[in-house]
Amino acid sequence: MKRIAFTTAATLAFAANAAFAETEITWWHAMGGALGDTVNQIASDFNASQDEYKITPVFKGTYEETLTAGIAAFRAGEQPNVMQVFDAGAATVIGAKGATIPVQDLLADNGVDFDINDYIAGVRYFYADSDGKMIGMPFNSSTPIMYYNIQALEKAGVTAPKTWEEFQTVTAPALKEAGYTALSQSHLPWIFTENFHSRHNLPFATNNNGYDGVDTQILVNNDAIKAHFTAVTDWQEKGHFEWFGTGWGDNQTPFEEGKVAMWLGSSGSFGGLSKKDLPFDFSATMLPYWEGVTKEPTQTFIGGASLFAMAGHDAEENKATAAFFDFLTSSEVQYFWHKETGYVPITEAAYEMAKADGHYDRAPAAEVGIQQLSLPGGDNTKGYRMGFYVQIRDVMNREYGRILTGETSVEDAFNAIEAEANNLLARFAKTQG
Amino acid sequence: MKRAGFSTKWMPILLLMPQLVIIAIFFYWPAWHAIQSSFYLQDPFGFGSTFVGLDNYTDLLGNSEYRRVAIFTLVFTVLVTFFSLAIALLLAVKADNVLRGARTYRTLLMWVYAVAPPVAGFIGLIMFDQSWGPLTRLAGVFGWDFVLGVNFNDTAAAMVLVSVWKQIPVNFIFFLSGLQSIPRSVREAALIDNRSATGRFWDVTFPLLAPTGFFLLIINITYALFDTFGIVDTLVKGEPGNNPMTLVYKVYVDGFRGNDLGGSSAQSVILMVLVLALTIFQFRLIDRRIHYT
Repeated sequence: MKRIAFTTAATLAFAANAAFAETEITWWHAMGGALGDTVNQIASDFNASQDEYKITPVFKGTYEETLTAGIAAFRAGEQPNVMQVFDAGAATVIGAKGATIPVQDLLADNGVDFDINDYIAGVRYFYADSDGKMIGMPFNSSTPIMYYNIQALEKAGVTAPKTWEEFQTVTAPALKEAGYTALSQSHLPWIFTENFHSRHNLPFATNNNGYDGVDTQILVNNDAIKAHFTAVTDWQEKGHFEWFGTGWGDNQTPFEEGKVAMWLGSSGSFGGLSKKDLPFDFSATMLPYWEGVTKEPTQTFIGGASLFAMAGHDAEENKATAAFFDFLTSSEVQYFWHKETGYVPITEAAYEMAKADGHYDRAPAAEVGIQQLSLPGGDNTKGYRMGFYVQIRDVMNREYGRILTGETSVEDAFNAIEAEANNLLARFAKTQG
Repeated sequence: MKRAGFSTKWMPILLLMPQLVIIAIFFYWPAWHAIQSSFYLQDPFGFGSTFVGLDNYTDLLGNSEYRRVAIFTLVFTVLVTFFSLAIALLLAVKADNVLRGARTYRTLLMWVYAVAPPVAGFIGLIMFDQSWGPLTRLAGVFGWDFVLGVNFNDTAAAMVLVSVWKQIPVNFIFFLSGLQSIPRSVREAALIDNRSATGRFWDVTFPLLAPTGFFLLIINITYALFDTFGIVDTLVKGEPGNNPMTLVYKVYVDGFRGNDLGGSSAQSVILMVLVLALTIFQFRLIDRRIHYT
């Protein structure tokens, strides 16, 4: 009897306490180092901006580790309110109906205005379903662009190439003459595959690039990309292109050292590169395209990650999550994030604010990503949705590594990628059955 | 000989319970789960799962990439086990003969034991850095263009080297104490019979070290198969690409990175069966031929 009385008292006290206290929510993310500091800054700004809600950001390691931790937590009923999921993991989390609350519904239910057309073109549909409803809130969005060493190009007497044809006939030979390796590039699946298809408006997978169903087949084994990789091996032989490994930094470092004149990286690398004391001035331009494939290159889509509102929390907490998303997408916060990190601002309004503030007069390279994302689109430029895609990327990385070390031919590599990817896609389709 | 016994049969069971419970919870239960989920394809979030029978296994066995990883693991295990045992034995024999400064020598050799596998991997990463790694430069002197992370064989060589380096101290400690427990009288008798040090080593010392060696063989095979995970992960920087990886690392890549729970479980079950077979083989066939003093 005594115990019951005690429990009741404790419950009452707790409830009374909770009624006055602010609603606390958690945010699991994969932003380490300087990015993590910026994330913490945004969170504490949100907490300071009002006194109803409190968000706690928690760094969970790499993108893959964060997703795995979130999945394990969800299965144990301990999921955070907000989870950051990267591009390749999107199919997994969106495919699991009921794991997340579509961000568009969350905002509408909690009285926050939402119009998908407020977002810049390349950002809108990557994390949306096939009807165009936004499921995940784009957060750190970036797109591949080409950075170049200004002094190196001047020394070689060339300008940054617009097309790959120009690169191989004019730019690369001149740079080699001037003592540079012309090009290196990070993340082959992202830049030379996913965005290669988007830049040339080529279909990447059946079912509307995978958005319309899970019985998807990959269409990577096509002539355009095989010709591209054949050209890449040719550049490699001539010393115009060098590959330093699968890791992102492996290929960025030689550019920073001034050994490589041009580097294909992420628009999100801008903040990091600016903070480093590089021995040369750098700028950036859009991703080159093959004139032989298309005369009208289209936009690329975003990489990076988005924020998902996890299901299974009470209405009060969901309201807090909606309030946080509202804060996060405000122009001020987006501009702050863009300026600090180089990730693109996700809304048109934030982009306008950056322009009005003269950010791009001071740093023209910071605008390249947004300009590229705002180019005319096509049927195949909004993104892709494929299950077990992390493994498919691993297969691509493996086969590309083999091509570039001469272990396999371009033809065999793409046959292998197609076969293994389709096998993985079929297996994923079964998990959803 | 008098045997200690219990009056009731419940007492020993009761005393064994804590240990049995721990084994059941931490080994049999997860193992059972792995076997069970290897027959399913599961949505990572746990919303749906489809029974696929042996599909996960046939997919693996029909996959040439899985075979390639298995073959690499075999070669890797043989190389790591052989070199870490052989070098440790050589060092132990030499250390056993040293009279002055022996303690310093031993301590220095044992230090490496304290290094955690990921740290060992990180040291390897620094030593083999593509542009300024000292060992890369050393290889360059011999005309070997060593590119860690790009060339399959170079990365494999670095993995073997770091794994061997990390394992030598453990083997060394065991071999040294094994050597020191050989009775002095036996050594003196051997000295009269055989004047060649090499001959004495192979005829007398080596057979007497066999129990230690057998124990270390098992320890080293398990080490190469499982404990090198941290080294592999660090050297491939979490992105295997076209670099070599071991079977255990592939379980992680597919299960934890790729969220393919069914496929990854099937791989774990294959590993469990492998270890079981290895253990039975070793204890049944090799153990009988070894003489324990």
